[in-house]
Amino acid sequence: MYRYDVYDQKLVDERVAQFRDQTQRFLAGQIPDDEFRALRLRNGLYIQRFAPMLRVAIPYGLLASRQLRMLAHVAREYDKGFGHFTTRQNIQYNWPQLERVPDILADLASVQMHAIQTSGNCIRNITSDPLAGVARDELVDPRPYCELTRQWATFHPEFNWLPRKFKIAFSATTTDRAATKVHDIGVHIVRNAQGELGYAIYVGGGLGRMPMIGHLIREFLPELDLLSYLEAVLRVYNRLGRRDNIHRARIKILVKETGPARFAEMVEAEWAQIRDGELKLKPQDIDFIKSRFDEHAYRSDAARDTSFAAHVASDSAFAAFVKRNVKEHRADGYKIVFVSLKPAGGVPGDITAEQLEIVADLAERYSFGEARATHDQNLVLGEVEQKDVYTVWQALRQYDLATPNIGLLTDLICCPGLDYCSLANAGSIGVSQDINDRFDSLDYLYDIGDIQIKMSGCMNGCGHHTIGHIGILGVDKHGEEWYQVTLGGSSGNDASLGDRTGPAISRADIAEAVERIISVYMEQRQSEDESFLQCYRRVGMAPFKARIYAEDGVAA
Amino acid sequence: MSTLIRNGQIQANDALELADDASDQGQQKIIVSLARWTRERETLAGPQRQVAVRVPNTVAIDDAWPLLKDCALIVLEFPSFGDGRAYSQARVLRGRFGYAGEIRATGQAVVRDQLLGMHRVGINSFVLRADQDPQTCLRALADFDLAYQESSDDLPLVRRLRASQHAAG
Repeated sequence: MYRYDVYDQKLVDERVAQFRDQTQRFLAGQIPDDEFRALRLRNGLYIQRFAPMLRVAIPYGLLASRQLRMLAHVAREYDKGFGHFTTRQNIQYNWPQLERVPDILADLASVQMHAIQTSGNCIRNITSDPLAGVARDELVDPRPYCELTRQWATFHPEFNWLPRKFKIAFSATTTDRAATKVHDIGVHIVRNAQGELGYAIYVGGGLGRMPMIGHLIREFLPELDLLSYLEAVLRVYNRLGRRDNIHRARIKILVKETGPARFAEMVEAEWAQIRDGELKLKPQDIDFIKSRFDEHAYRSDAARDTSFAAHVASDSAFAAFVKRNVKEHRADGYKIVFVSLKPAGGVPGDITAEQLEIVADLAERYSFGEARATHDQNLVLGEVEQKDVYTVWQALRQYDLATPNIGLLTDLICCPGLDYCSLANAGSIGVSQDINDRFDSLDYLYDIGDIQIKMSGCMNGCGHHTIGHIGILGVDKHGEEWYQVTLGGSSGNDASLGDRTGPAISRADIAEAVERIISVYMEQRQSEDESFLQCYRRVGMAPFKARIYAEDGVAA
Repeated sequence: MSTLIRNGQIQANDALELADDASDQGQQKIIVSLARWTRERETLAGPQRQVAVRVPNTVAIDDAWPLLKDCALIVLEFPSFGDGRAYSQARVLRGRFGYAGEIRATGQAVVRDQLLGMHRVGINSFVLRADQDPQTCLRALADFDLAYQESSDDLPLVRRLRASQHAAG
């Protein structure tokens, strides 16, 4: 974990006091509704269909056991006993009372948590690879750089009233697990030909109603120049981003209308003025942040354990879990264990207070007191000794947290949809449950292999449908819920936007359409090694389209 | 008339706003638009006279600086609650050009809950929106007593506090 020092803590405490005062003045009629809205959004508070919704920040997805316990406490004390993990590594509560939100924020502050800038037209939570620090394929741990960026962005006075929200994600691997290319800024930590550490900067990616893949505007930015360069990008955006139309206000539109090359020139010109100023990092700034992260002492004899392999051999249910939910850790003898929040019949990303506490206990006993929230709405115990994985699995299974489906079709991403969200046109949770019902055979799911279905209840795209291998978008047609389907999207290093199959499909037929898409893939694929995405890119839309809209097919 | 807070004090707003089509009566303190200043600088300026310039928030300070550098007062505009362009203008005036005169905020966003941010980027006078209570607004500047970002104010910086703590410890 990053451990707050007294200054980090003081800032969060002062923010709680500030918001308490703002809430009191609002309730006393001293702040107009629309202005309080802007203030509460910057503290994570929305007003949703049934009640306020509070979005709590989990910077780069990292959580300590005591924080998980506090999230459980908030769920019980202020909500209906559960929370919902989002696609940006945050957690949302759907039933808090406006008057009590300052108390929730004070409780969160007591464990170094907050809801600062989780909404509103400002710089949002900094996200990263959920496997940061434990992945075998990473260049360096990106989290200290995320934390530096978090501190720079927190209450940044110049960038609190941007044209639109602004999302920054970091990746330090060649396998992008943070969907960086669909962020306003995607930062890839890289080394140049001389072996120096730095960043490749992508700008102007985004989802929503005009999805776009980010443009590379700087191939190599030296390590110490991170914040001055980000400041230059934000200053250009704050000055020139469109404010006349909310749907054209994201930086992606500015980059598109200006042209990426011209936009890059403007950033470079601004950066030239500030790069050697106060924002230039010193090596000791980076060292300080690194020193505030806990070091984990790995046991050198962990790999000598033989029980892990023995359990895999003797217990087929455990073997299934290991196959899908356990990945290699960079240290020998340790494993990365995925906690699935996608049980059959459940709501993707939902977790109860009791489950949060179980994960907290397991993290404390077996994973250095840390867990991670993933962009796919699951949790990870990142550093479990292989001898303990069996015990962890047994405990997870008891609480319905061990569904062996990570990366499979039923591990789908889904926004809250019409069930909770006031923006939604259509339900998404019910559709995900219908799809789950159709694909209830684990053997068949394994056979289909790696595939991402992503679903959003409206074109704002919180469920990232445009970058799903199969994307499903809820639309309203004359008061009825219909669904547009896209194929071939990807959030990885080969990021791409999905292509539409054709007319929208009715609520009654959408699960059938998914089943048909899968059956075409199973027939067309050259081997089990050809993934859905590879297959789609090879054969194209035609066979899928023909089957989905065949005569006996779905109503469209 | 709206209240003016200037350098942390409630003061009388004595500058006259001269509209683009109003004739110049030779008052000692006037505020004119950047457009008028650009056209009539020679005739408006005078040795005993203080001419302030009102800068639209769409103007690039880098371009306008030669016209602004001798003004004792620059007025920035916040035409709606969520329009934060002038924050960057203030920051560039102070941080890049070292402008030492008065920067005044006007408009819909000049309210209690934005004053600290405006103060942080170097704005030192505020024409409060009519519905604002000046005493409540003055308290806004004390909401935080430290900050992460180097800016154009004197809030203690976390980075320096850490460095001095390290040196002391």
